[in-house]
This record gives sequence, structure tokens and C-alpha cells, in this order.
Amino acid sequence: MTAAVIAAPRPGALGRLSDALFRHPGLLLALLLAPPLLWLGVVYLGSLVALLAQSLFSIDEFTGQIDRTLTLSTYGELLRLANLDIIARTVLMAAAVTIADALIAFPIAYYAATYARGRTKALFYFLVMMPLWSAYLVKVYAWKLLLAKEGVVGWVFDALGIGVVLDAILAIPVIGGPSLSTSYLGTFLVFAYVWLPYMILPIQASLERVPKSLVEASADLGASPRVAFRTVILPLALPGVVAGSIFTFSLTLGDFIIPQIVGGSTLFIGQAVLIHQGTAGNIPLAAAFTVVPIVVMGLYLWGAKRLGAFDAL
Amino acid sequence: MTPAVRFERVVRHFGQVRAVDGVDLAIEPGEFFSMLGPSGSGKTTCLRLIAGFDQPSGGHIEIFGERVEGVPPYRRAVNTVFQDYALFPHMDVLDNVAYGLMVKGVGKAERRAKADRALAMVQLATHGARRPSQLSGGQRQRVALARALVNEPRVLLLDEPLGALDLKLREEMQVELKALQRSLGLTFVFVTHDQGEALSMSDRVAVFNEGRIVQVGPPEEIYERPRSRFVADFVGGSNVVEAPLAAALGGPARLASLRPEAVTLLAEGTAAAGRMVRVRIVDSQYHGATRRCLVALEEGVVGARLAVAAPAARAGGFAVGETALVSVDPAALWPIEDAG
Repeated sequence: MTAAVIAAPRPGALGRLSDALFRHPGLLLALLLAPPLLWLGVVYLGSLVALLAQSLFSIDEFTGQIDRTLTLSTYGELLRLANLDIIARTVLMAAAVTIADALIAFPIAYYAATYARGRTKALFYFLVMMPLWSAYLVKVYAWKLLLAKEGVVGWVFDALGIGVVLDAILAIPVIGGPSLSTSYLGTFLVFAYVWLPYMILPIQASLERVPKSLVEASADLGASPRVAFRTVILPLALPGVVAGSIFTFSLTLGDFIIPQIVGGSTLFIGQAVLIHQGTAGNIPLAAAFTVVPIVVMGLYLWGAKRLGAFDAL
Repeated sequence: MTPAVRFERVVRHFGQVRAVDGVDLAIEPGEFFSMLGPSGSGKTTCLRLIAGFDQPSGGHIEIFGERVEGVPPYRRAVNTVFQDYALFPHMDVLDNVAYGLMVKGVGKAERRAKADRALAMVQLATHGARRPSQLSGGQRQRVALARALVNEPRVLLLDEPLGALDLKLREEMQVELKALQRSLGLTFVFVTHDQGEALSMSDRVAVFNEGRIVQVGPPEEIYERPRSRFVADFVGGSNVVEAPLAAALGGPARLASLRPEAVTLLAEGTAAAGRMVRVRIVDSQYHGATRRCLVALEEGVVGARLAVAAPAARAGGFAVGETALVSVDPAALWPIEDAG
């Protein structure tokens, strides 16, 4: 006896469903995507739109009541010197953290993508990811202890007999302060540490995709390692650097915990949002503040695209 | 005359693996020199040693009389056409071709003019503004060639450059490459595992096996007078005839190679001069002009197999399973070494 050409359908509704989904791949896709899209649409985008709408309301200065007529006056309030100061401080910090992370991450990512194999590569992933597994608050408080006046960093400087160097650094106006844990320099160090994995991984992924033969080809055509880096490796890794910088930049722009625990008494955007929507009850101004990182990120991405950062994609 | 490339007892180890295991060779200026061998035979490593991507563990390498051990690739007057072409994806075709000139600080106008001429030479004059991703495999191959040639290298290294192309394109490129090499008078070092390619294009062929050169010479010599079992088997798919079979076929009783086209297939009952051996047809493949048959001996060394290539018109009469006669000119049994 010869086998049947077409196997009989599996009995029951599930069997018919399998056949129907096979014939209509679009239906399968819709079924798979519906739950996450509903979640994104209602919970995430919905709350974001509600928040942004709040920024178009205003607050009555005398009664503290929210006036629900649409107005741009809250955005006008953002332009007050004290608020502009907060915005400038946050954007500068985010930029500094991003640049520092890119400079630290690139060699590590390059090593991992080009040289690390097998066990070394596994070790690399372990070391890069491990900080992400421990609680964020624990890491930040650990840094506060490290950077405190009597902390480990100060002790190491003293033990090496170069305590004066640390004092000199802390004496620098603006970024310095009474101790590392109460200065912008401390805030910067903790930000740079906490977000570093988010910069390393995208750069490593983009370098991983650069074929070794391209680097050899540039050397073959007469490019010294420095020229090969500038003309071949960096342009091809740039999308990864931009992806990483989106993380470090936006995470720094929105963070309100690190500057509160490590740093001076001045505010960053995240803290301003927290104070205005909590203690002060000025939800419209809090909402207007949250629009700032969104606009800054939009401008940043537009600029990166204009500069050709995504050409190699 | 100073050789274009000279290897003196060159060794390259990767850990325990002896990728190149004592290679001596001298490539003459203007020569089309092929390195032929199976994968892992050391031919590509030798090419990388000439380019400078790799450094020898021992021995000496000279390019036009100058020792190059420790000299980085960007200071060597040789250029490479890579197996995967290695075109820069973020540059257009013209910038790819002009890259070497740009790196050397040639002015913009001059390098554009030179790159344009190089592109015209490979028949891609109108493709300068495209990205490599917009080109076909054959076109990418030509861009890679133009990008190397525009630098006027003393030696051009080609690492299996035709491997990714389909058959027709490959044959076209073989003709073009050879014509280009002849007109430029340039030294070409060509790495391939395709014996047909090596035989058809080269002035000389070096056959590699297990990190050593087992035979080097003009294509005719490699094909017709293989030195060893390996060369006979790898180049041209000759029959390797063991001593008893050689005797059964009428030759001296020693290991020999026998080319498939040197075996004549005859219908049973044919009267002919010389020794005739009865065989059974095991397989028969049509190749256009020729038909390749696999036959098994029915007498002498019973069961021993021979590959036979005969004009299709004549061999077409033999069906699989039928018996026939083969005759072999004893002079075609070329004695070979067992090892190497």
C-alpha cells in the first residue's frame, strides 16, 4: 500500500485553526502583535499623551487649582532663569556622560568584537552585564560610600601620597565641591559608571558586524592603523555609538535618583519633575519639564542623521 | 633576474597547526603564478604572508629582493583582491577605487581621474556613483580588481577571486583577468582550489598539500606528468593505478597515473592492437563533447575501477551494466610517487 499524498487534517478546532493560520499568515501576525500593541497603545502612549496634555494646562498661582483651558503659559514658565538653569545643567551632564562613556566603551567593545573568542568572550559578556543584575540603588549608595569624604577613593589618594591632587581637583570651580560625593564630578562619575554597559553592548554589536577583511583591505591599500580606524572602523561603528548614546543621553536626562544621592544640592530635570508633580502639586510644569528630554532627544537624533551617522546601516 | 616574490624555508604555525611547513618558491616578474590546493593546504596563508596580514614563524620572504618580515601591509607595494571583495559599504564605487590614492595623499582631481580610468578598464565607467550593495557579484569583483590595480602594485594577489561567481561569469572573468595580466605585464599570484582555473590561466602552478608545495611547474607538466598520488588525484582527476592494475593494463608493475582520456573504450569483439581488458560499465555521464564513464574490470584485477573520458559520439553506445573492452597505451601510464 502506498502512503496518502495529503495527510488528513488533525481533528478538532485546533487542527482547523492551524490550517487557517497557515493559509493566512497575516492573521497569525495580528494575533501575536495585538496584546503588546494594546499594552503599548493604552498604557504607555495613553499615559504619555495624558501627561503631555497636562503641560498645556496652567496652575492658578493663588488657589493652586489647575486651570484646564489650553495655554502655552506653562512653557513660558520653563523659560525662567531658574528652570533654564536646570535644563542646561541636565543637558550638559548628559552630554559629558555620553562622551565619556563612548570613549571608555569603544576600546572595550573593540577588544571584545575583534580579539575575544570563546571563554574570553563569555567572560566579557559576564563582566559587562553583571552590574545590570544588581539593584540600581545599591550601586548608587555603594558609590556614595566610595566617593565620600572618608571613603575609599579619598583613602587611596592619601595612601599614595597624592591627596593634594584630589584636593586640587575638588577645588576646581563648578565641578568640584567639599567632597567627590557632594560634587558634580561625583554625579558624573556615577552616571558614567551606571550607564556604561548600555554604551558597550551596541558598539560591540556594530563592530562585530564589520568583516575583518575590510580592515585588512584598508591596510592592504596603504592605510596605517590610525587612518584605517578613521576611514573604515569608526564610520562603520558609528550607528552603534549613536545607539549607545541614545541610551546614555536619555537615561541621564531623565534620572532623578543619582543626582539626589550623589552630588550638590542643585536640581536636574528628573528631580524638578518629581518636586513639581509631588510636593508642589504643579503638574502642568512637571509635564512641561518632561517634554524637554523628548525634544532634546529628537533634536539629537535629527542632528546625528544629518551628520550621516546612519549611512552605514 | 630578481624574483618578484621569493620564499625561503617559510614556516607559519598556528599553535599546533603547521599551516605552512617549509615552503620554498620563486615567482618571476610578470608571471601568472597560481597556488592550487584543497582548503587547509596552506595556499591562502602563503598569500597572506606576501600581503603582510600574517608574519612567518620562520624562514624569509623577499619581494623584489627586499626582505619583508615585520613590514606591515600598508608599506608593501602589493595589493590584494579579496575572496569576499571586501568593498567598503559606506563609500560609493568611485571612493572605493580611489581609497588607496586618498590614503597616500593624492589630490582629489588626480585620484578621481585615475579611479575613473581604472573603472573604465574593468568596464564599469558609469557605475562610480553607486554603492557596492547595488552591484551584482561580477560587478563587485571588477570594482575590487580596479581598486587594487589603481595603486599600480608590483605584485597583485588574488584570493579565490572567482569563487563566488556563477560558471558563465567565472569563465568570462578568467579570460578578462588573463588578458589584463598580459597587457599590464604585472605579476599575478592567484590562489584557487579549482584545478581547471589554475590550469587554464597560469604560466606556472604550485600544488599545495598539508602546508607544503608538492609540485611546481607549467600547467601541462602538472597535468600530464604529476609527481605524486596526490597531484594526480587532485589535478585533473586522473586515475591512480596501483601496481597490479598497471601490470594488468600492460604497463610496468608500479604505481602510475592514467588520465581518463588516455583510456579507449571499445565494443566487445573489436579487434585492435595491444592489450585489451574486459570491463563492465558502472556509470555513464554526459558532458557535452565528452562522456565520462566509470568502468569496473571483469578480468585481471577484478573489480578495480577506472574513469574513462571518451568522445560522446562514440561512448554514447555503451549503456550502464553492459560489458565493453578498454585498451590503454602503456606509455600513458605515468609513474608517480606514493607520498607527497
